Amino acid sequence: MGMELPGKKAVLLQDLRRQLRAWDRAGGTPAGKHTVLPFGVPALDAPWPDNGLPLGTLHEAAGDNGPAGFVAASAFMASIAGRLKGTVLWCGRGNLLYPPALAALGLDPARLLMVRARNDKDVLAVVEEGLRHGALACVVGEIERLDLTSSRRLILACEKSGATALVVRKPPRDGTANRGVVTAIAAASRWRVRAAPSSPHVIASAGRPRWQLDLLRSHYGTTGSWIVEAPDAQGYLHLPALLADRSPAETDEARRRRAG
Amino acid sequence: MKPAGVAPDKPFVIVGQEGQKQVIVAVNRHAQHEGIKPGMPLTHARAVVPHVAVAPAQPAEDAKALTRLATACLRFSPLVSVSAPDSVWIDATGVAHLFGGEQQMLTRIERLLRRSGLTARVAIAPTPGAAWAWSHYGRARIILSHTTDDLDPLPITALRLSSDVAHGLWRVGIKSIGALKALPRTTIPVRFGKDVLRRLDQAVGRAAESIDAILPPRARRRDLSFAEPISTAEDIRRVAASLVNGLCVDLETQQEGACKFDLVFTRIDGSTQAMRIGTARGSRDPRHILRLFGEHFDTIDPGFGIETAELTAWRVTALFPTQTAAEGGDQANHDLAVLVDVLANRTGAQNVYRVEPVATHIPERAVRNIDPIAAPTEAPGAWPTAWPRPLHLFAPPEPVEVTALMPDYPPAQFSWRGRMRKVRIADGPERIFGEWWQRAGEATESRDYFRVEDENGERYWLFRDGRMTADRNYRWYLHGLFP
Repeated sequence: MGMELPGKKAVLLQDLRRQLRAWDRAGGTPAGKHTVLPFGVPALDAPWPDNGLPLGTLHEAAGDNGPAGFVAASAFMASIAGRLKGTVLWCGRGNLLYPPALAALGLDPARLLMVRARNDKDVLAVVEEGLRHGALACVVGEIERLDLTSSRRLILACEKSGATALVVRKPPRDGTANRGVVTAIAAASRWRVRAAPSSPHVIASAGRPRWQLDLLRSHYGTTGSWIVEAPDAQGYLHLPALLADRSPAETDEARRRRAG
Repeated sequence: MKPAGVAPDKPFVIVGQEGQKQVIVAVNRHAQHEGIKPGMPLTHARAVVPHVAVAPAQPAEDAKALTRLATACLRFSPLVSVSAPDSVWIDATGVAHLFGGEQQMLTRIERLLRRSGLTARVAIAPTPGAAWAWSHYGRARIILSHTTDDLDPLPITALRLSSDVAHGLWRVGIKSIGALKALPRTTIPVRFGKDVLRRLDQAVGRAAESIDAILPPRARRRDLSFAEPISTAEDIRRVAASLVNGLCVDLETQQEGACKFDLVFTRIDGSTQAMRIGTARGSRDPRHILRLFGEHFDTIDPGFGIETAELTAWRVTALFPTQTAAEGGDQANHDLAVLVDVLANRTGAQNVYRVEPVATHIPERAVRNIDPIAAPTEAPGAWPTAWPRPLHLFAPPEPVEVTALMPDYPPAQFSWRGRMRKVRIADGPERIFGEWWQRAGEATESRDYFRVEDENGERYWLFRDGRMTADRNYRWYLHGLFP
């Protein structure tokens, strides 16, 4: 991260990044419209230029090829979509997500517009249509195969309207490794979300779920890896109390809440 | 068609007058089971089943009812035709994708028929003649591409021949379509009339057959004919634009909007190519309508050229100028309706929806899909928050092998999709009872749900079926995955 570098180099780098961002925006997004969505967790906000996930572009999340990973990645995207305003278009094929779970992740199911498509091609077309439309803040697509060209199309659509595209990589039906994860695509960020064992101290009752959250790639260079607690009903992730730098009193309270 | 007061499980026949004789024209399944067939004299049938229920034939009423049925079938395709006395043709070209494919389209058609109280046979095939043959005489329901030999085993009557001609063929031993095809082509018209060859060619697709499409009720229509057949994509688009603009002007003068627009091109060989789009709200905005058609223009195959084009607007509703002008508060909703139309025409209207909660504890029933742009009329219920719900719900639940220390303990480990998962933490049970007022069988049903976490932290929603199996065990299922 930038701050660890010795002074002069850091200043230079920061300056370069600022220039890069300015050029990015010259591509079409009006400067004022380019906003960010903070995670509310300093460690997660640090990798981004304005201390938050950039909006009006494409972000991608994948699990680890299993159904559980896909569900975790969907939940991660749902929590981001939930913190944006307005209708959320959610498109996938087959059995879509189960809405009663969404409120607990910070996304009110009443805000969802669901579209069931037949195949990846249709999902991509629906997502693009939703992004170009302009009245939606955010479009989520469950996509198995995504390549450089189609991801660029999505980014262009985002830049035109200012809407944010969130892609959840769907594991292939036949259970083979998702080759897509190694294919290069144009996304502002690429995340991997996997389940992690919840608090090891509470055996009697399952605590708040934990994820191993990896920022595999970012348009802004920084990557990272964190253990986080799954989103709360406002859609915010938390660092586990015992790992986070918090006062002892808070830790106890958090532990009591988990033990619930 | 279906007289009142006849028990559905009793033999029942409809009788027509043929000279001095009363002859059976139609039978129900139970009469058929007793050996009664159309064409049999009534006295004969009474000898078989003395108390058979009888009703007089009403051909005029039947024809009216058939037209009503065909009109109802317009919801499936722009081109629907009545084929007297007992059939309806629906042209599935270019519309099956709106239902998710031919199979689902047939299922929807069958559901409509069942709801109308009709027993019917449905088949989908590449030509109207073949569809008629399969639905009347075959077992297959879906034939998407056929060779000319597929129809061979069907009886000669499957070719829609008059009974005299069919009888003549039958008498000389030509009982199947295959036997007819074995004859030298040139001799057939001389011996049996030219109808036979024409019907055969229509069935196998060697000769075109245009079906006489019925007009939807309360429709507005515009058409164009061309001196020179058109075939380029630009020409087709230009024609479509001109028709849409013209029809929208018509609708505007009438202060109307329509929810369905059918564009039908007739090629010089007489065959047709149709496109249909639908809007969730009545519309007469030419730009919007053209945009929805635009998605389908590449499906039009002009063949050797298109002679006429016809645009029909139906499901016509009153639409006043104020409703089309996007005014302040309604703007967002109006915009969304436009997007919903675009998406619905791509994926099928039933695949674009919003969700609302249903007051029930049964997870499968807790969500209802609703119209995506319906105004929220009554206050919707709240989403349950008391118990955590999985983000992915398996429908139906997947059976799993579970090991528990005691039968009514939470699981210690379970095997799903071939992998054993050790349970580290288990929460539960949450007991959910069957809704006996929904289905009688559910009175004894109960499920105990557990939220379990395996060693990797993956979280599952398992339930134990409350009913013990014969060997005094419980069945376990995986119903969902938590994030």
